[in-house]
Amino acid sequence: MRIGVLGMQGDIEEHLAVFKRLNVDAFRVKSLKALNTVDGLVIPGGESTTILRLLKLTGLFGKLKDMIQKGFPVFGTCAGMILLSKEITSHSEQDALNVLDISVNRNGYGRQVESFEVDLSIPLIGEKPFKSIFIRAPLIVRTGKGVKILARYDGTPVMVREGNVMASSFHPELSNDLRIHELFLRMVKDASRH
Amino acid sequence: MVEKGTWVIKEGFADMFKNGVIMDVTTPEQAKIAEEAGAVAVMALERVPADIRKAGGVARMADVGLIRRIMKEVSIPVMAKVRIGHIAEARILESLGVDFIDESEVLTPADDKFHINKYEFKAPFVCGARDLGEALRRIAEGAAMIRTKGEAGTGNIVEAVKHMRTVMDAIRRVKSMADEELVSYAKELNAPVELLRIVKERGMLPVVNFAAGGVATPADAALMMLLGADGVFVGSGIFKSSNPAKMANAIVQSVLHYDDPDELVRISEDIGQPMEGQEVENLSEKFQERGW
Repeated sequence: MRIGVLGMQGDIEEHLAVFKRLNVDAFRVKSLKALNTVDGLVIPGGESTTILRLLKLTGLFGKLKDMIQKGFPVFGTCAGMILLSKEITSHSEQDALNVLDISVNRNGYGRQVESFEVDLSIPLIGEKPFKSIFIRAPLIVRTGKGVKILARYDGTPVMVREGNVMASSFHPELSNDLRIHELFLRMVKDASRH
Repeated sequence: MVEKGTWVIKEGFADMFKNGVIMDVTTPEQAKIAEEAGAVAVMALERVPADIRKAGGVARMADVGLIRRIMKEVSIPVMAKVRIGHIAEARILESLGVDFIDESEVLTPADDKFHINKYEFKAPFVCGARDLGEALRRIAEGAAMIRTKGEAGTGNIVEAVKHMRTVMDAIRRVKSMADEELVSYAKELNAPVELLRIVKERGMLPVVNFAAGGVATPADAALMMLLGADGVFVGSGIFKSSNPAKMANAIVQSVLHYDDPDELVRISEDIGQPMEGQEVENLSEKFQERGW
């Protein structure tokens, strides 16, 4: 199994380091050629406007969208979630991949001085709470019917899944806890069986 | 329990800038150009370093109204500079909601002995460094991000290269040191041995390390990435070039494609004139010598 981390911009190395600890082959993906060699893709945190712009300039935007619509497993964290979403309510002029039926507000929890960490219960990965790190995080303001809510904070969804697409408002790659990446690896394994 | 302003929140935020470009801007219009070109953040300033150099006198924190207008104009993070040791300027920026504070040698220092104790703030700080000792002293004071000092406002990359190479070379030496060598090396560097141990274990600085000071072309940005920078600050290099939008766009792409010469050819073509450069030896005042 080969995992890609979308390498336009952001904390690419932090995700790669988690996969390394899990003994999984993981690579930075910044070309179509590289994208075609991986079984699943993480879209990291970073600036969504920057990543979007570079996805379009490299020609990866259309190809990636097409692959995800055909069942390619993908996991977006923070900016990655914004890029996967159907609608950016706070910045409706900003394009997105439109493969996850949620609406988000960018920086919906506030600026950096409001960024926070909190222990969350995520039943799917076990009883032990997950230290979740929210950094200028996107706020989910709507979830579609087909979207499964995997975790909530303060009543609001912060981790969701719709078929082959998973996303979190927070940054599991910064938590020194491998369970969410392991969950994604199980998703990729399941997808390759079909 | 919900916690704000913790180390992981500060250092983790700096991680989000990685592989990106942070641009100096002096107006909301410039901030918009930077955002549209793909900047990961903007640094709000009254003047770019090249103009600070020309103007002389005392350079201070930017006007609060200007910073506020820039924060309103763009959706990306906004940074701003405070004078070295100026606790009150830093408190003002934090209260204003600035996302990252640069305690910067480009402004005239307010304290000739001490830097700010950055642990006392919820807002994260970035500081300049010329060598590993200086970087670790700033981290020991709570800086969540380091950048090379370079020589700001010159359009000359030579000092940034020197500082990045000096830091990287020292990290390589630390990696191969026996544990018993660390204490005396810490003494030589004037840096805490605990942080030196972390550098040895991780083989890198404990925080994000950007290049800054003298980046004027896409090739300069690519060079700094090749030398191991996590990303690049561009000060005067964008808005002192003949076509800022094209230059900004090209530098963003060069940080992505720094290791692909064919792409760099495409990126570097037809982007107008870069800012005028200056020999560092001819400067009457070197900003990099500020900081202790």
